[in-house]
Amino acid sequence: MPVSEVSNTANTGVVDGTQPAIVIEDVTKSFGTQRVLDGVSFHVRRGETLAVLGRSGTGKSVLLRIIVGLQAPDSGSALILGTNMAEADEKALAAARTQMGFLFQHAALYDSLTVEDNVAFPLVHHRQDMSLSEKQERVRNLLHEVGLDGHMNKMPSDISGGMQKRVGLARALALDPVILLLDEPTAGLDPISSGEIDELVLKLQEQHQLASIVVTHDMVSAKTIATRIALMDKGKFVIEGSFDDLQRSDEKFVSQFLHRDF
Amino acid sequence: MSSTPQVAPSQPATPNPITAFLAWFGELGIFLWRVLTAAITPPYEFGEFIRQLDEIGSKSLPLVAAAGGAIGVVLALETRSSLVRFGAKSLLPTTIIFSVLTEMGPIITGLIVSGRVGAGIGAELAAMSVTEQIDAIEASAVNPYKLLAATRILACIVAMPLLTLVASSCGVVMGWVADTLIEPISLVHFIDVGFKGAHFKDFLAPTFKTAVYGLIIGSIASFTGMRTKGGAAGVGDAATTSVVLSSLFVILADVILVKLILLIFP
Repeated sequence: MPVSEVSNTANTGVVDGTQPAIVIEDVTKSFGTQRVLDGVSFHVRRGETLAVLGRSGTGKSVLLRIIVGLQAPDSGSALILGTNMAEADEKALAAARTQMGFLFQHAALYDSLTVEDNVAFPLVHHRQDMSLSEKQERVRNLLHEVGLDGHMNKMPSDISGGMQKRVGLARALALDPVILLLDEPTAGLDPISSGEIDELVLKLQEQHQLASIVVTHDMVSAKTIATRIALMDKGKFVIEGSFDDLQRSDEKFVSQFLHRDF
Repeated sequence: MSSTPQVAPSQPATPNPITAFLAWFGELGIFLWRVLTAAITPPYEFGEFIRQLDEIGSKSLPLVAAAGGAIGVVLALETRSSLVRFGAKSLLPTTIIFSVLTEMGPIITGLIVSGRVGAGIGAELAAMSVTEQIDAIEASAVNPYKLLAATRILACIVAMPLLTLVASSCGVVMGWVADTLIEPISLVHFIDVGFKGAHFKDFLAPTFKTAVYGLIIGSIASFTGMRTKGGAAGVGDAATTSVVLSSLFVILADVILVKLILLIFP
């Protein structure tokens, strides 16, 4: 789909399942002499989950930061629901961000706030139309959804890494976003906790029909939750397709990544 | 584009210290402009401002009161011997009150708050920066310059004159206590004598100049904290840098403000 067509339809903030919510066009990004993204292009529709895998330091997290507008690409564009994140003014940027939920690699919970206040944070700042009791009810529902009933009054430092990720996920879903960005949701977790997070993401994906991007090193997790998998090397997508497509690939890098075959 | 602290990332060491010095001021200027534009744009973060006022003002109160009181005692003890030597003992209340209210109270409050609040804001925001909490705030479509920096800077500006009043009052009272223990004098008489010939303007400008100290402390600490990179070491550096720079700038500002006050209120 041409970018202009996406822009026109998505400026309304309404995206159906046939139109990409995320359109990345030929994005490049360098830090000093190191080029971490080298002409990356892809799109993600609602109901799709794209897992982006690759070696450490290949720019996967930078890609997410460009999508959410925390960093600007050197060239190319990130169109999010029709908003070009690199060129948008503060108001348009804020409007696009309220349509996105971002789970950071280490959850990035506000350590001076309780679990409840962390999840309520986006509601407090963006949902003035909701009463206090409605916000509290919404937070309770979100925490129930991620399996954390009874932990509302705890501080982030008092809960485990897996629980912190769940709180981060609840916070990311607070504004009922169209897009969900997950930066290594299972990193540092034991296999059981990783499996629980995967199940949770799948459940949320089914319920909310989100356009999701998951950056991960975990092939098992990617296979479980993603509808498409992209493998990155040297700032480019080496391959993008289903897990079966990856398995059928003759690319040496793909084989190395899938089977640790060196 | 984004208004993230990427504005002012920690730069790798530059070979030219003059360029680095000028670049630092340039980044500080950009930071302050962003804070100002964020602060005047609704919605306003009243809740966070009140929380910071409590954190910066109320919680600094005991320390500032103790420091002000100690200065009053030291002034009373030190000046007494000098004034007695020159036969000017009757000037002791005036000397203590004028010294405390015009200079010692404001500067001591400035330095105490630089230490306590400067380190606190610098370390807190630096820790938030290195753990991506500031990015998370921005990703939630909330302006971190408004929520984190503007509220802290404004709280420093409002709290400083109030804290100075407390420090100066404690200094005057403890100066009287120290004086009366050596040679009994009633507090009313001490104050009557001390304020003889004084005008309200003598104390107004020195007290309110500390709002500028508040601006300096809040700005330097927020700027240093929000541009921090590099884990625990970065947080430590940010806290140290905040204290050192805000103390230094408070002293430099004092020199300029004293001269200005003397020019405006001769």
